[in-house]
Amino acid sequence: MAVSEQPEAEGGLSIHPMEQFEIAPLFGGGELGLLTITNSTMWMALMLAAVSALLILGMRGRALVPTRVQSIAEILYGFVRQMVTDVLGEEGVKVFPYIFTLFIFILFSNLLGLIPYSFAVTSHIAITGVLAGLVFCTVIVLGFARNGIGFLKMFWLGDAPLALRPVLAMIEVISFFVRPLSHSIRLAGNIMAGHAVLKVFAAFVPALSIFGIVPMALMVAITGLEVLVACVQAYIFAILTCIYLKDALQPAHH
Amino acid sequence: MEVEAATLLGKYIGAGLAAIAMGGAGIGIGHVVGSYLSGALRNPAAAKEQTAMLFMGIAFAEAMGIFGFLIAMLLMFAV
Repeated sequence: MAVSEQPEAEGGLSIHPMEQFEIAPLFGGGELGLLTITNSTMWMALMLAAVSALLILGMRGRALVPTRVQSIAEILYGFVRQMVTDVLGEEGVKVFPYIFTLFIFILFSNLLGLIPYSFAVTSHIAITGVLAGLVFCTVIVLGFARNGIGFLKMFWLGDAPLALRPVLAMIEVISFFVRPLSHSIRLAGNIMAGHAVLKVFAAFVPALSIFGIVPMALMVAITGLEVLVACVQAYIFAILTCIYLKDALQPAHH
Repeated sequence: MEVEAATLLGKYIGAGLAAIAMGGAGIGIGHVVGSYLSGALRNPAAAKEQTAMLFMGIAFAEAMGIFGFLIAMLLMFAV
């Protein structure tokens, strides 16, 4: 990376905000093969362990009056269930497991990435791109399975004047294909930006010696903001998936 | 000026210009939240159910600023 080859400015303050996103194999070696265990896979495994602990172990009691942990699991479930039925109606229950998986994956990955010295799994386009790409493929497959060739009617706006319809159809097609791009970059960009900002502020703390308390306090505030961003971004990803699936399952009659 | 120095210069200037995008994001988010506030102050009862829409609007407006930041980061560290 170019920045580490330059002479350090201000005698000692060299900021490397992007180094925290490097994927490195955990156990020796130097090359990243298909099955190499890296820091990314380790944190994904930790996320899975946390999710399993909350959802499986938390619900083990199955008390009618929930315990605290069971209550959290039930709130998560109920929240996503409410969101899916709000957007998709009763039919939404069929895709609910997919939406719930996406939401929990992204929520827990984002939150675990906020632990100091951890690794934010969702900061990489490789991860979020696959998530968004799968949503895109699901929309297309479900759209054609449910509506046949009539799925393409989604792009032909019957409300517009006849002369404008070809232009609008082209715009609609382009915006349809941009969806996975924006879907993935939104999540990856938000998480990466948040962590890069935290790293930059962290670089100021030792540099200011006694006044380093100021950037430290700022970092606490920004970490609070990052927790909010983590939750909101998971919600946004999930609800956008619901909206895209609604286009496929319940096409609006143009 | 050799290619190396010119590339570096271009990267820094490009990253600085890309940062201007975040001004638009700030205006956008301020607009969304301002509309929500003025609506909520007129009709407090209906404000609760629109908080979801508020956060969605904030996320979309924020995304544009994030894209600008992304371009700046790409220019600085990935070119």
